[in-house]
Amino acid sequence: MERSIVSDGDKMYRITHKEELCETVKLFDIEAPLIAKNFKPGQFLIVRIDETGERIPLTIVDTDRINGTVRIIFQEVGKTTKKLGMLRPGDTLQDVTGPLGKPAEIEKFGKVVCVGGGVGVAPLYPQAKAFKEAGNEVISILGARRKELIILEDEIRKVSDRVYITTNDGSYGRKGFVSDVLRELLEKEKFDRVVTIGPAVMMMAVAMVTKPHNVKTIASLNAIMVDGTGMCGACRVTVGGETKFTCVDGPDFDAHLVDFRELMERQKMYISEEIRATEAYKEELESALLSVYSLLKQRKG
Amino acid sequence: MPIIKEKTKMKEQDPKERIHNFYEVALGYSPEEALREADRCLQCKNAPCIKGCPVNIDIPGFIKLIKDGKFDEAIQKIKEKNNLPGITGRVCPQEEQCEKYCTMGKKFEPVGIGRLERFVSDWETKKGIKLPEKPVPTGKKVAIVGSGPAGLTCAGDLAKLGHSVTIFESLHKPGGVLIYGIPEFRLPKKIVENEVNYIKKLGVEIKTDVVVGKTITLEELLDEYDAIFIGTGAGLPRFLGIPGENLNGVYSANEFLTRVNLMKAYRFPEYDTPVKKGKRVAVIGAGNVAMDSARTALRLGAEKVYIVYRRSEKEMPARNEEIEHAKEEGVEFLLLTTPVRITGDENYWVKQMKCIKMKLGEPDESGRRRPIPIEGSEFEIDVDLIIIAIGQRPNPLIPQTVKGLKTTKWGTIEVDENGRTSLDRVWAGGDIATGAATVIAAMGAGKRAAADIHKYLKTGE
Repeated sequence: MERSIVSDGDKMYRITHKEELCETVKLFDIEAPLIAKNFKPGQFLIVRIDETGERIPLTIVDTDRINGTVRIIFQEVGKTTKKLGMLRPGDTLQDVTGPLGKPAEIEKFGKVVCVGGGVGVAPLYPQAKAFKEAGNEVISILGARRKELIILEDEIRKVSDRVYITTNDGSYGRKGFVSDVLRELLEKEKFDRVVTIGPAVMMMAVAMVTKPHNVKTIASLNAIMVDGTGMCGACRVTVGGETKFTCVDGPDFDAHLVDFRELMERQKMYISEEIRATEAYKEELESALLSVYSLLKQRKG
Repeated sequence: MPIIKEKTKMKEQDPKERIHNFYEVALGYSPEEALREADRCLQCKNAPCIKGCPVNIDIPGFIKLIKDGKFDEAIQKIKEKNNLPGITGRVCPQEEQCEKYCTMGKKFEPVGIGRLERFVSDWETKKGIKLPEKPVPTGKKVAIVGSGPAGLTCAGDLAKLGHSVTIFESLHKPGGVLIYGIPEFRLPKKIVENEVNYIKKLGVEIKTDVVVGKTITLEELLDEYDAIFIGTGAGLPRFLGIPGENLNGVYSANEFLTRVNLMKAYRFPEYDTPVKKGKRVAVIGAGNVAMDSARTALRLGAEKVYIVYRRSEKEMPARNEEIEHAKEEGVEFLLLTTPVRITGDENYWVKQMKCIKMKLGEPDESGRRRPIPIEGSEFEIDVDLIIIAIGQRPNPLIPQTVKGLKTTKWGTIEVDENGRTSLDRVWAGGDIATGAATVIAAMGAGKRAAADIHKYLKTGE
C-alpha cells in the first residue's frame, strides 16, 4: 500500500547508526523521512533531545531518501551536545525539525573553492557535492586544530578536483590555517566563488583574504537560535548594515558584508550558563557512575 | 432583590508574594462567588452582550444556567460556540467586548462575564470533561496549519462536524502563542494542555515539528487534503531600528517569552534553555506583550523594571487589568518616552539606553495622538536587559513559499469574510490574515472559516 507522505511526520526520530569520528565528534543517522525528502544543501535542522532539553541547530551532512534518514555530525561542546553524544543506535530523540533555512545558491559558476574548518566541513560536504554535480571545478580546503579533527576527507576528495589540508599544529597536511592556503591560491588563480563554513573567526579570515580579489564569498553562519523559524530573533546578525535573521534569511550570507565581530560576541552570550549547565551535567554523570560503582562493589562483597 | 453595583471580586495572589513565583495571579471564583455574580445578570431579552462576542456565545443563556446551579449545563452552553473557554475566560479583553455592551455596565460595573466563563470551565476541568456525541464521519480530510487559537478552534469545529482533521505545528508543543507567548502566571500551561487535549479527544490529530513550507509544502498538503486552513499567526518580532539593538542583552519580547514560557528557562538548569535575568530591565512598548515581559522579568529577579512608552497612559494598548497588575507589582512607567540609542560596554553587553521625551501632537491615522520628540530632552537610564515589545508581523513562511497566494502590503494573507484566500481549497484566519490581534478574534476567524469549509465540503461550493 502506498504510504502517505504526511503520515511519516509522526515517526519517532530514531538513531539508526552512529560513528565516532574522533573522541568529541560524532555522526548519527536519524529517521526523519520528511526532512530527508525535502532537504537541500545549505539547510539545517533543530534537535531537542528530551522533555527538558533545549532546541539546538545542527547541520545536515547527507540524506538517505529510501531509508528516510538524515545524517548529522556534531562536536561535543556543551551539555546538550555531550548528552547527544552519549546516545546510541536505537535511542530516539524527542524532536527533530527541518529542513530549515534557505537552500544554498548552487549554480554553475566555474571554479568554486570550498573552505571548511572543524565540524564546518560537515555542512560543507553537501554543498561541495552539489557544486560538483552542477558542473563546477571544485577546490576544497579543509582545516582543523589537529589531525583527528579533520573529518569527511574521503567524501570531500570524491567530489573535489583538488583538496588541500591544514592543521594548526602541523600534525596533518600543512601547518597553518585554511586562509593561508586560500591566500596563496588567489595569487595564482582566478576563482568564481568561495564558500566557507566553520568557526566565525575562520570565516572572517577567509572573507578578508578574498575581499581584495573581489571574489564573491558566501559564509554559512552558526548563530544561536531558539525556534529556527524566524519567530524570536536570537540569531540576528548585521549584514551590510541591515539586521537579518540567520534562521530564515540565511544561514548563507555574503561574507564581505557580515559583521563577524558582532556574530562572535553574540555567540558568547550564554557562556556562563553553558559552563554552569555543563558542570552540573558532569556532576550528575559522576554521581551516577559512583552509584553504579558502589552497587558493583556491594555485589562483589 | 437589591442591585449589587460592583462586580464580585476575584481573589488574587498578593503582589508581594506573586512577583517571586510563576503561579497564576487570578485565582478564580468559588461556586458561591459565581452564583452571586450570576445573580447580577439582568437577563436582558435583547442580550446586547452577545453582539460584543466574536464567537457569539449565548451569554445570558449560560449565566442563567449558573444562576440555577446548573454548572455542567452552563459549560455545555458555552461550548456550543467556544471550544476553548478556559483560555478565553482568562485572556479575552472582555471590557472591550461582551462586558462593554452589558446593560448593568451602563450605570454600574458590568457583569463579570469572563470570570463566570472561567469559573464553569475550571469547574468542568475539575470534574472531568464531557465529550459531545461522536459525529458520523464524512470521509473528508482537512489540514490545519498552526495550532494557535485560530487553528485549534477551526479544527475543533470541523471535527465536531465529522471531518477528519490534522493540525501541523512547527514547534514541539501545540498551542501557538498560548504556549510560547502568554506567561504561566496569566494563562497556566496546564489549562492550555487541557484545552488542546479536548480538541484531540474530538478526534483531531496534531503533528508537531512540521514546518509547512519547509518540512512539507502547501502543495503537498493539497494533494492529500480536501481543504486547508492557514492559521500561522503573527509571530515575527519587530525591532526599533536604533543603534545598539543587536547588543547582547537585547531581546525581542518573543524570544524572551519563548525562552521562559515554551522552553521553561525560569527553571534553568533543570531545563536546559537559559535566559538572561536582568537586574535593571527596560521593556519597550505598552501592549499586553510588554506587560507580560515586564512582569516576567520581575519574577526572574529583576530589581527594577521599566515600561518605556512613547505615548501617554491613555493610549497604552494593554488591557487595564494587565496595567494594574504591572503597577501593583512595582513596574515603573516611563511614559512619553522613546529610546534613541542603546550603548554597550567593552564586552558588547547592554549598559545604557538613551531616551528622548515626547509630547502628543495631532491624531494620526490610528486616531491616537502622534508622539513628537521634544528637542534637547534626551536622558540616559542604566539598564542591563532590554526587551523590545512593539508588535509582531505576520509569519512570512507560507506567503513566501506558495505561488498564487495573494497577500496585502502588510504581509497578511488576503481573505474574504469567510476566510477564503485567492487559492482554491485554501482558507486563512487569525493574525496571519488580520495582523496582530486578540486570541478571541483569531478564534472567531477560525470558526467562520470552519463553517465555510464545512459548506464547501458538503456542497462543493
